[in-house]
Amino acid sequence: MTALAISARPGNDTALRPVPWRRMAWVTWRQHRSTLAGVAGLLGALAAYLLFTGLPMHHAYAALAACHPAGSMACSNAIVDFDNVHWSMAEAMAVLLQVVPALIGAFCVAPVLARELETGTFRYAWTQGFGRARWTLAKIAPLAVTVAAAAGAFSVLFSWYFAPFADQGLQTRLPPLAPLVFDLHGVAFAAWTLAACSIGALAGMLIRRVVPAIAATMAAWAGLALAAGLFLRQHYLTPLVAHTPNLPGSAWLISSWYTGRNGKPLSQAAISRFLQGYHPVAQQAGPNSTRTTVDPVGYIAQHGYQYWVSYQPGSRFWPFQWIEGGYLLGLSALLIAATIWLVRHRAA
Amino acid sequence: MNVIEAKSLGKHYRGTWALRECTLAIPAGHVAALVGPNGAGKTTLLNLAVGLAAPSAGAVTVLGGRPAGSPAALDGIAFVAQDTPVYRNLSAADLLHLTRNLNRHFDMGYARARLGELGIPLKRKAGKLSGGQQAQLALTLALGRRPRLLVLDEPLANLDPVARHDFMATVMTAVAADGVSVLLSSHVLAELERVADYLILLSRGQVQMAGKAGDLLARHRMAGLEELALAYLRGPGVTALSVENDETSEVAK
Repeated sequence: MTALAISARPGNDTALRPVPWRRMAWVTWRQHRSTLAGVAGLLGALAAYLLFTGLPMHHAYAALAACHPAGSMACSNAIVDFDNVHWSMAEAMAVLLQVVPALIGAFCVAPVLARELETGTFRYAWTQGFGRARWTLAKIAPLAVTVAAAAGAFSVLFSWYFAPFADQGLQTRLPPLAPLVFDLHGVAFAAWTLAACSIGALAGMLIRRVVPAIAATMAAWAGLALAAGLFLRQHYLTPLVAHTPNLPGSAWLISSWYTGRNGKPLSQAAISRFLQGYHPVAQQAGPNSTRTTVDPVGYIAQHGYQYWVSYQPGSRFWPFQWIEGGYLLGLSALLIAATIWLVRHRAA
Repeated sequence: MNVIEAKSLGKHYRGTWALRECTLAIPAGHVAALVGPNGAGKTTLLNLAVGLAAPSAGAVTVLGGRPAGSPAALDGIAFVAQDTPVYRNLSAADLLHLTRNLNRHFDMGYARARLGELGIPLKRKAGKLSGGQQAQLALTLALGRRPRLLVLDEPLANLDPVARHDFMATVMTAVAADGVSVLLSSHVLAELERVADYLILLSRGQVQMAGKAGDLLARHRMAGLEELALAYLRGPGVTALSVENDETSEVAK
């Protein structure tokens, strides 16, 4: 810095050139690099584990696909073995990964504002020339986008890891829309991470204490994720309806019901009564007294009843991904905007 | 130019007015002491002036008409809050870089030299410094910005007598060298006696008295600011009181 720059002082003009954004890059990096390292460590460890267990699994799966002749006893046994060995581990991994976006949002972003407010350092940060609204944006947005991008990259690896279980031949196959894995694939994992970060930012500003803000972020995220998985996702597009019990394996079954002769849905009690009359082996009185087996579907059809299912076909995977990613992105933008509004209007 | 100008300024928190009908104009070039008992509204007034809080009523401008908290206002004001909050996990050097990056101007040479004189190692974390050193560090970060107005909220409250003296010496050096205007709040009157040449007396959320120290002393025929403030705070109508051996904390009542 030159002596001239040192002595330079703001004049009376109020149209000052603001402090450039890139200066905040150093600030955000310096103050949050250890948090980012923590996220990198967590995702890196999980990725290493996926690779470590995924590579042998894919070898075994390749051997399975090459099994000849397909349908032989040996090949069927190999499939059962594969399921037994690998499914429980993959399932546990999928369950564990459900909470990763919440952990990232709660521990990485919730403390950003909460710690400033808890320790009083906001009185320093928000009276610097950069301006507190811009300061907030320059901290929250790069952090949230960076960790969401890392989560997105991680979910590509997970999709590779989990690919064998989308195979129709396995007993443990999961449709891609299944709640257990839908939000770990595609853009959803990154979008849920971004949502957790923006919830964390707002919780930190509202609650002003680090630990309660972390807890509130996890709770709010869990509520949103459960609502999406249990209630919202099945309505993204109107479910298809069919009267067959044999859906393709990629379909996500939403609900099923029976209709009677008059075409009206039957109550659960009526179905139970009706099905009590079904016996797999029916005696047919006749001169030769033959025994015929009647399958349940046939039995139902014989009596004019119909079995209906509503489902989401597997082909809707990407439309659903974009719908979920889209509204989570919108929600995140809204929450971050609300956080900045609060910083600007409700300080001290 | 007035460094701070308030018109009917008011702020209320949860139903009570922390500051009410405050009208005030502090001219540039003074070391102004904002004095009053705890809960008088000193911190509220300073928060409004630096833009941390928004007024509930009235308006406050700084540095010749700039709205408090606006980019132009923030550019010219440096604020050291009560208990001098700094990021405890950052080193002194990091805090200098941080402050430089957050402002249009920062005099790194001055700040480094200042910390050197004070014997504060650049590599030491702020959390590992003594209370006096932390206060000096926060003050250095503020003065490095070369502000036109330095606002200090209870800067001496938690410092031992030596640290108080050193802190005020740094402030007065900057005043002499740079002509920076200073507004500081305190309930420790004795410390301000030698440095303040402008007095604002605040009590129960309202300005009781404001003016140049010399004028006020002459008008009220008092020997010192402490005497004057105590006389006023003890109640209206009382013009002379013995103040020897009075603890400043008693002023609070």
